Amino acid sequence: METLMIILAGILVMIATYLFLSKNLIRVILGSAILSHAAHLLIMTMGGLKTGSVPIIGEKPLAYTDALPQALILTSIVIGFAVTALFLVLAYRTHRKLGTDNLAQLRGTHDE
Amino acid sequence: MNNMIVLPMVIPILTAILLVFLRRRIRIQKWLSIGSLLLTIGISIFLLNQIQTEGILRLDFGGWKPPFGILFVADSFSMLLVLTTSIVSAVCLLYAFYSLDEKLEKLFIYPFIFFMIAGVHGSFLTGDLFNLYVCFEVMLLASYILAAIGGTKKQLRESIKYIAINVLSSWLFLVAIAYLYGTLGTLNMAHLSYRIAEVGQTPILTVISILFLVVFSLKAGLLLYFWLPGAYSAPPTAIAALFGALLTKVGIYSLFRIFTLLFYHEPAITHTIIGVMAGLTLIAGSIGAIAFKDLRQIISFNVVIAVGFILVGLAVSTAVSIEGSIYYLIHDMVVKGLLFLLGGTIIALTGTARIDKMSGLIGNYPLLGWLFLIVTLSLAGVPPLSGFIGKVLVGKGAIDTGHYLLTALAIISSIFVLYSLLRVFLNSFWGETIIQIEDEMPLRKGLIIPCLLLTVGTIGLGFGTEYLAPYVRDAAHTLTNPHIYIEAILEGKIP
Repeated sequence: METLMIILAGILVMIATYLFLSKNLIRVILGSAILSHAAHLLIMTMGGLKTGSVPIIGEKPLAYTDALPQALILTSIVIGFAVTALFLVLAYRTHRKLGTDNLAQLRGTHDE
Repeated sequence: MNNMIVLPMVIPILTAILLVFLRRRIRIQKWLSIGSLLLTIGISIFLLNQIQTEGILRLDFGGWKPPFGILFVADSFSMLLVLTTSIVSAVCLLYAFYSLDEKLEKLFIYPFIFFMIAGVHGSFLTGDLFNLYVCFEVMLLASYILAAIGGTKKQLRESIKYIAINVLSSWLFLVAIAYLYGTLGTLNMAHLSYRIAEVGQTPILTVISILFLVVFSLKAGLLLYFWLPGAYSAPPTAIAALFGALLTKVGIYSLFRIFTLLFYHEPAITHTIIGVMAGLTLIAGSIGAIAFKDLRQIISFNVVIAVGFILVGLAVSTAVSIEGSIYYLIHDMVVKGLLFLLGGTIIALTGTARIDKMSGLIGNYPLLGWLFLIVTLSLAGVPPLSGFIGKVLVGKGAIDTGHYLLTALAIISSIFVLYSLLRVFLNSFWGETIIQIEDEMPLRKGLIIPCLLLTVGTIGLGFGTEYLAPYVRDAAHTLTNPHIYIEAILEGKIP
């Protein structure tokens, strides 16, 4: 199971890298969102995917799954969400003000 | 156990939340923000002295013993940096009070500055790797907004790049944390250090350490600095000064922590890579500093050179060189803040950032000119000023261990720093006066007093090295002997 998940995370990283290197601003933001999905999957996988009950005390099983990676992911999802929201708004503002979403045209002149 | 350790992070956060509600009351915002920073300075000085008598202080949140809970750890290194951060940000805030226009002040700029300071203090104090990530994000989110606030074309353009590169480096940080957790099963720094020492630094751990090196190099601008000159030249002066003084230093602090506390077993691999990167940073920064005629670019590349120089001390990693790096780190926070403030003042007075378009400013603004000369000499490391002792100790450490090439690069880079800033000085302050007395913009007191305060700081640091020495020696001693840190956290009870 871990092998499959790692391959999946790798494919996500591949797609995200491709999108990150494109010239369109929205594609870069999409790339950053996919990157964070890959990271969250990876944290989940590195914590171990052994079968066990959900980490809720009332269940009384023999074994629980590791609760720590889930807390880490929850934290980093929220942070990633905030950053993506800010990034999107900034992209919108840039598009309104500069009239382009092409990163190659965001170079600027030497002297302003 | 000392509950006061949490205050350097909590006070800025509470201040920021309070300031959000006082949006239209600029005067109250100003008094409140300066008051809370003065309080933080006082607490930092108190804690710094307490560490000298009681050793490393720690605070376990919620009473959970390490390694199970999150904790704050205050040793001399982190407390020195917290203290310097509070002082420099107080001075930069004073400058902001006089230089920002009212429109920006009503856009929540002071709350965001305080959120950024809280993130910086949290990163210095935390003893947990994932908490370090969260504190980094607190700092970075506030800095994204401060980089874009005002929304000029240049700021929007540069902040897009700044956010993109930091999203990428934060992602790498998460990946590195995931690998480390998967390998060792803990996130507490002291416990990690213990476990790494126990299993020996296996190749997989060395790979993870290089991943951390990449992450923090992106944050600190060590070799991977390509985003830095653009991002630091766009925002308003006071904000740029805060960025230049604080943000890269957090990356440097993390590099020191990671490579002195966790991954110190294979210096032949990791520290050699750091040395090569530091050397290349010195070369590239020096080239950048003399290549441009834009004052903001010159200043930004000076930040890059300083990062390379401080990391030479880590690459050498003897007690002497680390002591030198700590001196230089403190000096650099003060002096980079001053350099950005002076540069911004010059740009505001002349209306241009190009040094070939300004001339003869010394006739109009003599005090500004002499302050700029002092900061130039201090950055180059001329003896009575603060940059000297750090350079000497780093150089001594590098020579003692036979790193002659790094020593040479570090010393030559000082000459480039001196040349790049003297070029600015000669071009803009010497020569024919082009501003007529009647067109002269008055140099307001509010702009020059913060610069004067930081100049007093750099001169004071130079003359008062004796007073600082015990703290720095203790910090270097803790960094070079990680078992002191581990024993203070885990108290010998290894779970």
